[in-house]
Amino acid sequence: MIDFPILSAIAFLPLVGAFFILTIRGSDDVVARNARYTALYTSLFAFALSAYMLVRFDGSTAAFQFVENFKWLPAYNISYHVGVDGISVFFVLLSTLLTPICILSSWNAIKTRVKEFMIAFLLLETFMVGTFIALDAVLFYVFFEAVLIPMFLIIGIWGGPRRIYSAFKFFLYTLLGSVLMLVALLTIYYYTGTTDIPELMTRHIPREMQMWLWVAFFASFAVKMPMWPVHTWLPDAHVEAPTAGSVILAGVLLKMGGYGFLRFSLPLMPEATAYFSEMVYWLSIIAIIYTSLVALVQTDMKKLIAYSSVAHMGFVTLGIFTASIQGLQGGIFQMISHGVISGALFLIVGVVYDRLHTRDIARYGGLVQNMPKFAVIFMIFMLGSVGLPGTSGFVGEFLSLIGAFQANTVIAAFAATGVIFGAAYMLVLYRGVVFGPQVNKDASEMNDVTIREISLFIPLLILVFVLGVKPGLVLDRTEATVKNLVNNYEAAIAGTYPADIEPAAGLVEYDSMSGLERDVRHEDEAYGYENGEGQLND
Amino acid sequence: MIEYSLDSALPILPELFCVLAGMVLLIIGAMRGNAATSVICWATVATFGIAIVLLLGLDWDRVTVLNDFFVFDPFAGFMKMIVMLGLMASIAMSVNYLYQEQMVRFEYPILILFAGVGMMFMISANNMLSVYMGLELQSLSLYVLAAMQTRQLKSAESGIKYFILGALASGMLLFGVSLIYGSTGTIDFYSIGQALELSGGMNAGLITGMVFVLVAIAFKISAVPFHMWTPDVYEGAPTSVTALFALVPKVAAIALLIRLLFEPFAMLVDQWQQIIWVLSLASMVVGAFAGLVQNNVKRLLAYSSIGNVGYALIGLVAASESGVAAVILYLVIYMVMTVGAFSILLVLRRDNVGLVKLNDFAGLSSTNPVLAYSMAIIMFSMSGIPPFAGFFGKMFIFETAVAEGFYVLAVLGVLSSVVGAYYYLRIIKIMFFDSSEETIDNEFPLATRVLLVASIVIIVGFVFKPMSLLHGTLNITATFFT
Repeated sequence: MIDFPILSAIAFLPLVGAFFILTIRGSDDVVARNARYTALYTSLFAFALSAYMLVRFDGSTAAFQFVENFKWLPAYNISYHVGVDGISVFFVLLSTLLTPICILSSWNAIKTRVKEFMIAFLLLETFMVGTFIALDAVLFYVFFEAVLIPMFLIIGIWGGPRRIYSAFKFFLYTLLGSVLMLVALLTIYYYTGTTDIPELMTRHIPREMQMWLWVAFFASFAVKMPMWPVHTWLPDAHVEAPTAGSVILAGVLLKMGGYGFLRFSLPLMPEATAYFSEMVYWLSIIAIIYTSLVALVQTDMKKLIAYSSVAHMGFVTLGIFTASIQGLQGGIFQMISHGVISGALFLIVGVVYDRLHTRDIARYGGLVQNMPKFAVIFMIFMLGSVGLPGTSGFVGEFLSLIGAFQANTVIAAFAATGVIFGAAYMLVLYRGVVFGPQVNKDASEMNDVTIREISLFIPLLILVFVLGVKPGLVLDRTEATVKNLVNNYEAAIAGTYPADIEPAAGLVEYDSMSGLERDVRHEDEAYGYENGEGQLND
Repeated sequence: MIEYSLDSALPILPELFCVLAGMVLLIIGAMRGNAATSVICWATVATFGIAIVLLLGLDWDRVTVLNDFFVFDPFAGFMKMIVMLGLMASIAMSVNYLYQEQMVRFEYPILILFAGVGMMFMISANNMLSVYMGLELQSLSLYVLAAMQTRQLKSAESGIKYFILGALASGMLLFGVSLIYGSTGTIDFYSIGQALELSGGMNAGLITGMVFVLVAIAFKISAVPFHMWTPDVYEGAPTSVTALFALVPKVAAIALLIRLLFEPFAMLVDQWQQIIWVLSLASMVVGAFAGLVQNNVKRLLAYSSIGNVGYALIGLVAASESGVAAVILYLVIYMVMTVGAFSILLVLRRDNVGLVKLNDFAGLSSTNPVLAYSMAIIMFSMSGIPPFAGFFGKMFIFETAVAEGFYVLAVLGVLSSVVGAYYYLRIIKIMFFDSSEETIDNEFPLATRVLLVASIVIIVGFVFKPMSLLHGTLNITATFFT
């Protein structure tokens, strides 16, 4: 373990950058240029630090790493306690990866109040990273809520025509969920006397209390996810947000919901999770099928992708609440994969939006002729979103489905249809934009993607393929933590819960499934441990 | 025969000093006329400064003097300090405003000084009679201040309204006190507590009297349903006086309320808990919903203050040591935020007319980003969004409610804070998302800048060193729970 407080450095470096930008004086051009570069370098440096952290990260243990623990509110036993485990480490990385990409993508797109925009984005990065590294519930809440402030401003100041409505809806919707979580957090604090998450994981909360707490946490995370039926803020926020705002919203902010489930609902309220999991399955199914159908009829590109996000998040919740190793791994992987792919898809929309200033699919068409490079990039991410084997989108969906299949075959069958719908709406989108006749003169005269734009996509392209063919890069590192989480969960269920609830993750079923898993995921070594010596190699 | 020695007068030294200084300043004012207003204003600020020094020099152990009419303890000391700091801020931010609005009158700071003395007596009251005297000294000064802007009809209206409803409240207080006296034969706090203990906590006359007293104080802190005067008075009074109303009198009144509830009426906790519960919930809900439709920023801040009183009262419902500590912390943080908000409001002028309509703030973020961002921080803080101080104020309040099992109140409280967040966000929206070509007058007195910076530093910095403020509030509440 290193002494250098690397997590705090990652979290607060952007804050320092924001402070520097604040002190920039001079003419508008100078300020804008300096603000852009400062923001870019700061976020790149934060990314480099987090990449280093990943290298040093030990995937063989479920313990929290790079832990820092300082007294913050000693009278209340609340401390500044940060650390990462297998679950959070990739979300930190996702945040620090997408922030420089967002900053680069707004290089020319944001022309007004550049300084403020960059400050808002760096603040957002601090809060996002803080959310994922916080190991104290109050600290978590502080970061979790603080995210709303820069995001509210980003949508409201730099957004589209209906930005005010969307900004308010986003803010108040998420706040409503979050305040209920605050009451739940305070209840836990009152009951256990601590807000320290690792310590809370060792405590048992009475079943009756768990139910109420679970509902309160669910209110917050389900809105953030977002799950049907509380997803309606998302299409509005996405459509009106500037490109960078959409990218970060889809790429990171949505993941806070899933992360919250993994960090709080499952470990602290296992019995309530088991009790409510059936409900979550059905909500996930509705999200997957219903929002896919809604996406199918959208004429606005961003709205279509926004609804697709809701559907993809349905797989995440489905996977997480199976509380099986594959389900959880699938949920986590799906979140990371979706962060990369949906971020890229919003950037793609941004590319054409910057040129034509419309998101109407009908206004485009036949772009393959004048923008061939764009068409290729779009296709790759489109296929990733569909879940084509070989892309990262496939792995997450597939693992989640495996998890779901063990828990409930009916659910899994429904969820699998969502994959087909997903292919349908993405192909419709792709056909409408890239193929077909060139009906609009201005659309057919657009330039192909520039070097700067390509440079945005390259890291994401690499990730889509690398994670697609070697998911072990992620899964190996999350495995120990997930396994530990599932073991604790099952112990909690077994210890205090009668057998009337079917085992959420039966090991017998698992073994019967592993053959199938071997066929399709020959690269992956992540699950060797369950088969004894059956280490899978290609 | 009561003996007065210098020792027994020592705990009232700050009050004595303020009274004497007030008289001297009054004489100076009478001789020099309104030309001396500015000097007297700063002299008043200095008077409070010296009084704070005197206060800090006192021995902060509980002692009662003046025949048990006056009690001094750490709680009283701390609350007086807050009140005086608030008064200093309210005078400092209004000096420039007095000249701009052409209401230069030397009585202005002196009335505030006397109001301050009244508040300090309220905080240290240990007898129903001293409660009444302190309350009246404060109120009478404030009635005049509300009507100070004689050329404005609204100001006069606000003064009259405040006076009539205030007098009604005073009547209630006296009626309650007489009931208490009738059923216990005493108006001394300690003896009332004793009488209650003797009667086993069941004394119908005393309970009825307590209800009247609580109603009177609910008027003063503008808790719903006794809040009707607040929006009108806030709107009509000169903005600098509104700032004063928003900052200080409620703090003093809540301090008095705390003392009443936890000293003489401590035995009746089951009874008053229900009353405060209703007041708290009603204030939060009305404060949140009524604020939604306001277009005048002063009215909006009035409803905001009603809502905030509701949150503060949650801590009293909890009736625990940490509850009282949370209330005090909440009041301090609220005061800091209000100082910031009003110091901005007082300099927002266009063509030498103060801006009070929300829509007048349009585009402020481009014409004056510093003010706009400061206001945004204050508004986010008021709506309870972390990492600002306002969040922690609310969090500790709700924590005590949860700890004492008041889940319904906590849940309804956080939900109404979401509703309230809407109107705070609306101010931000108007400043940041709406655009306007009109600029504002560029005049920021030094005092305003200092107050604004101090307010923002505390709001933003609280998250980094929360214990520095918390220690104080935790220590003083031990007064009531030993």
